[in-house]
Amino acid sequence: MPNEFAVEMKGIAKRFPGIVANDDIHLQVRKGEIHALLGENGAGKTTLMNILFGLYQPDEGEIRIHGQTVKITDPKKAIDLGIGMIHQHFMLVEPYTVLQNIILGAEPRRGVMISYKKALARIGELSDKYGLHVDPHRTIREISVGMQQRVEILKTLYRGADILIFDEPTAVLTPQEIQELMAIMRKLADEGKTIILITHKLKEIMAIADRVTIIRRGRVVDSLPVRDTTAEELAAKMVGRNVSFVIEKKEAQPGETILEIDNLTAFDDRGCQALRGLSLEVRSGEILGIAGVEGNGQRELIEVLTGLRKASSGEIRLRGRAVQNESPRRIAEAKVGYIPEDRQKRGLVLDFCVGENLVLKNYYAPPFCKRGLLRYDEIFGHAAGLIGEYDIRTPDEKTPARALSGGNQQKVIVAREVACEPDLLIATQPTRGLDVGAIEFIHRKLIEQRDKGKAVLLYSLELDEILNLSDRIAVMYEGRIVGILDPRKTNEQEIGLLMSGGHKGEREETA
Amino acid sequence: MTGFVKRLFSESTLIPVVSILIGLILGAVIMLAGHYNPFLAYGSLFAKAFGDMYNFGETIRQITPYIFTGLAVAFAFRTGLFNIGAEGQFIMGAVAAACVGVLLDAPWFLHVPLALAASALAGGLWGSIVGYLKAARGVHEVITTIMLNWIALHAANYIVRTALLEKGMARSKYIQESAWLSSPGLSELFDHARIHYGVLIALALSVLFYYVLWKTRQGYELRAVGFNPDASEYAGINVKSTFVKTMFISGLFAGVGGACEVMGVFHYQTINAAFPGYGLMGIAVALIGRNTAVGVVLGAVLIGVLTYGASGMKFGAGVPEELIHVVIALVIFFVAAGGMVELLIRRFRKKNGTVH
Repeated sequence: MPNEFAVEMKGIAKRFPGIVANDDIHLQVRKGEIHALLGENGAGKTTLMNILFGLYQPDEGEIRIHGQTVKITDPKKAIDLGIGMIHQHFMLVEPYTVLQNIILGAEPRRGVMISYKKALARIGELSDKYGLHVDPHRTIREISVGMQQRVEILKTLYRGADILIFDEPTAVLTPQEIQELMAIMRKLADEGKTIILITHKLKEIMAIADRVTIIRRGRVVDSLPVRDTTAEELAAKMVGRNVSFVIEKKEAQPGETILEIDNLTAFDDRGCQALRGLSLEVRSGEILGIAGVEGNGQRELIEVLTGLRKASSGEIRLRGRAVQNESPRRIAEAKVGYIPEDRQKRGLVLDFCVGENLVLKNYYAPPFCKRGLLRYDEIFGHAAGLIGEYDIRTPDEKTPARALSGGNQQKVIVAREVACEPDLLIATQPTRGLDVGAIEFIHRKLIEQRDKGKAVLLYSLELDEILNLSDRIAVMYEGRIVGILDPRKTNEQEIGLLMSGGHKGEREETA
Repeated sequence: MTGFVKRLFSESTLIPVVSILIGLILGAVIMLAGHYNPFLAYGSLFAKAFGDMYNFGETIRQITPYIFTGLAVAFAFRTGLFNIGAEGQFIMGAVAAACVGVLLDAPWFLHVPLALAASALAGGLWGSIVGYLKAARGVHEVITTIMLNWIALHAANYIVRTALLEKGMARSKYIQESAWLSSPGLSELFDHARIHYGVLIALALSVLFYYVLWKTRQGYELRAVGFNPDASEYAGINVKSTFVKTMFISGLFAGVGGACEVMGVFHYQTINAAFPGYGLMGIAVALIGRNTAVGVVLGAVLIGVLTYGASGMKFGAGVPEELIHVVIALVIFFVAAGGMVELLIRRFRKKNGTVH
């Protein structure tokens, strides 16, 4: 069969100054299969797909689409060849409707006017065929993240794509939405579309992919059918060593109450009430996990706790002392550490060097600062210690944080926060976008803090993470805690139900 | 030594240098198009600027205010603020120095520092208004600085007219000699050019600029805010008060610059019909100097030499003085479009096989 492969990439090499992102990569994707591309962050999988989508030009190698050797000079060429990419961060115009977004740049015209009728008919056809149901007249702002992703998929299909690249598509979805996405992907493949799935989540690969190609440090490690392998084997191939999935932890030894939240209310940026009388306690020596669908007040809760947002009423007590509405610095000095959700936006000053970032919370205090002057010898000495202790991979402490990989950036933040010896450590999505090795490291550190008698408040959108790490799980829904669960006695279904307000019938609307 | 050489050829140094060269070359092309001789033009420009001691001294005089305003703009830039208002802060500093210089009687060792302190305070406060409005009301600094420039211009004229006016003249009375920054010795050395001690103050402030930015807690905070206000806020830095503090220091640099013009060059304050233009040129200086202390001094030297030498170009080669503004604009254009120059440098390096 001459056209057995939809995509063939042969001997692809791409070098950037100082790194080889892709080194002699061979990839063969069969028509109509779901082909997973597995690798840690920085392994080179996104580079490879950017080459396929025409965003980069390879230094060496050949690309064949349906057996034809092609040169993909830019994304337009890729689209013409029937390649579509669903980016991790959606490329949608928020105030526009679903319909307008789908046809943007490819509007069917009648004279100088856009023919919405023609577009609607075509979109309706596509939605029915692939089970991608959306309301074309709602604006992007009004619809859920899962819906937005469908719009992205429809966009590529509308442009005639028959090879779809999904870049980490589940990172932003709830468990139920992930289920729905998987069904859609299966349907697409059954209808003859070829799907390339970039991911580092093994569970998803095991659940949906037909074949998997593993990339490590810019090279292909292996390519094999999913039914012939296990998650453990894949993880080992991806990281290059054996990885433990089960998080080893001792029984929690909860002590005194560190954090008490009493009837807390707060508003979000748009002035809507985000917290509606939330009460919660976290004790020393335990990890309390907060589960919830994004947008149910978790972000506002964390911001109020860390002093970045004002509470409108209620009380927050740290070891009995009321701290609500104090400044971020006062709260940090009350021994609260915080690993922020968005490490590049909140956690680091990327243009500062590693050493400077490691003292971002205490640069103003001795020994780092005396009489208004910074003591860089102390700062860099401190940094050298933490770099060793946390195995932060950086050329030296004077390298800008921007130059580090995501996992190492996160290690800088964790090192900094833990080094301040907090009583309460707040970790929000601490492993988002990290690879298996880094995730393992962060998890171990969190448990280590717990075992040292610290109180740990964990907020994550990854249910597995919540289930594996927490000693107690608090489920948040519409600004309140709607249930406290014991992770040993619950499961994803129970949590999922509470997360969606407990009314199964309404799930479609609220998701 | 090797470190120094490496730095000399690093991209961040090369970009302004190459930009300057491209600016000069394109300027030459324009001259050729107008049937002028660019070699003669540039030759006479530099002859004018460096040809004799008098002109050399005057060139330094021309450079001095650019250092002050360049530092002002660069400092604010480091906190992520675009200070278009160095012009207004410069004027407020000048008029404050004129007030102290004219109205106060004091021995020189008090009079000079007092006048300088008054100008620093005036420029600083004028700048902090901008910082305050940004912090408290979220007003963008570009809007407020532009508006405050006009207010400064007319407020200064009003003060000169009502409190300091020399009868029958469109300027203030002379300031007391005890408040002069001029130095007969220095002037003598440069064949009676109006060079003054202000240049030393400018260099001292450049050192201060470096020191504050890189060695102090305050500098750490304001650089952090400049790079990432979100992370700074989370780290407990008071972002709003940092805006105010930065704008105070930024305005202080410009204000002292204004004072030096009054105390060193003219010894009076004129009623200005238009902006003197030092503040706006400060933006170019900061841009060329990439917001570093050394860069600002070098940028000021470049702009100072070009503007002062321009008249020589007119006499020597008949090239209209205005053309130098085209050259300066080209230089700024290429520095601002750093990416373009970067690409050029990379191409060149690749061709020559230089290892990165």
